[in-house]
Amino acid sequence: MAFQILLNFFIAVVWMFMNSSLTPSTFIIGYLIGLLMIIMTRRYFSGRLYIWRIWSAVKLTAIFLKELILSNISVLLLVIKPDLSTMQPMFFAMPTELEKDWEITLLSSLITLTPGTVVVHVSDDQRTLYIHAIDVDDVDEAIDSIKNTFEKAIMEVSRG
Amino acid sequence: MNVSEIGEFVGALLILTGAIASILSVFGLIRLPDVYTRSHAATKSSTLAVLLTLSGAFLYFLFTENFISVRLLLGIGFVFLTAPVAGHVIIRAAYRSKVKLADISTEDELYEKIHGKHTDKM
Repeated sequence: MAFQILLNFFIAVVWMFMNSSLTPSTFIIGYLIGLLMIIMTRRYFSGRLYIWRIWSAVKLTAIFLKELILSNISVLLLVIKPDLSTMQPMFFAMPTELEKDWEITLLSSLITLTPGTVVVHVSDDQRTLYIHAIDVDDVDEAIDSIKNTFEKAIMEVSRG
Repeated sequence: MNVSEIGEFVGALLILTGAIASILSVFGLIRLPDVYTRSHAATKSSTLAVLLTLSGAFLYFLFTENFISVRLLLGIGFVFLTAPVAGHVIIRAAYRSKVKLADISTEDELYEKIHGKHTDKM
């Protein structure tokens, strides 16, 4: 992916030199032409076309912002509830399928920023995350909701 | 109302929401029973509050003075990068030094992983 972006920049710079006009608009035109060339020759590259990856990163950001706001509201409502003793904080283990270090770091940052859950410990083999949740009725439901939103979106970004 | 007044209004509204969120997170800090639940309120609701306030200030200056403040954007980015790590480290340190959980906690799947077999109920 980094190679494709670098190549695209290189084509844009070459386009700027061919036009002998070093302005941002020439750069943008050259970048679009380079993108077209990369799309035409995409079967010589090993990975996916990089714009799909950028698109799924944008989707991940959107999901994250939505979850952040919704669950922040739910925690704020929990805090102003008159009776706090009905709350059920707990530690639970969540198995993860992510493998690379940066994916696990990203997943645990996202889990920690979503209120209601904090990552406490990552097991030594990096297969399990231990999470403290502030109020859960059902563990499986909490695990599923994290898996279906964040883990799937991260896998979409890192795949291929 | 012209565009810049609407922009000012949105910015002011965001700052107000941020202030309310930070007040509520302070309530959480006082009312919640143990260190783990408190850190939820302390690290994250306040992160959202800071985020809302900073983006409100950004919009306000964008519409009143036509000034794009890159430093505010960078500030938002850095708060987002560092806040979860700080929360994680504080909770982890508390757990490692065997700080007690609140009595209402239902389950603890982590205890045996870190501290070995149960000797007494935490």
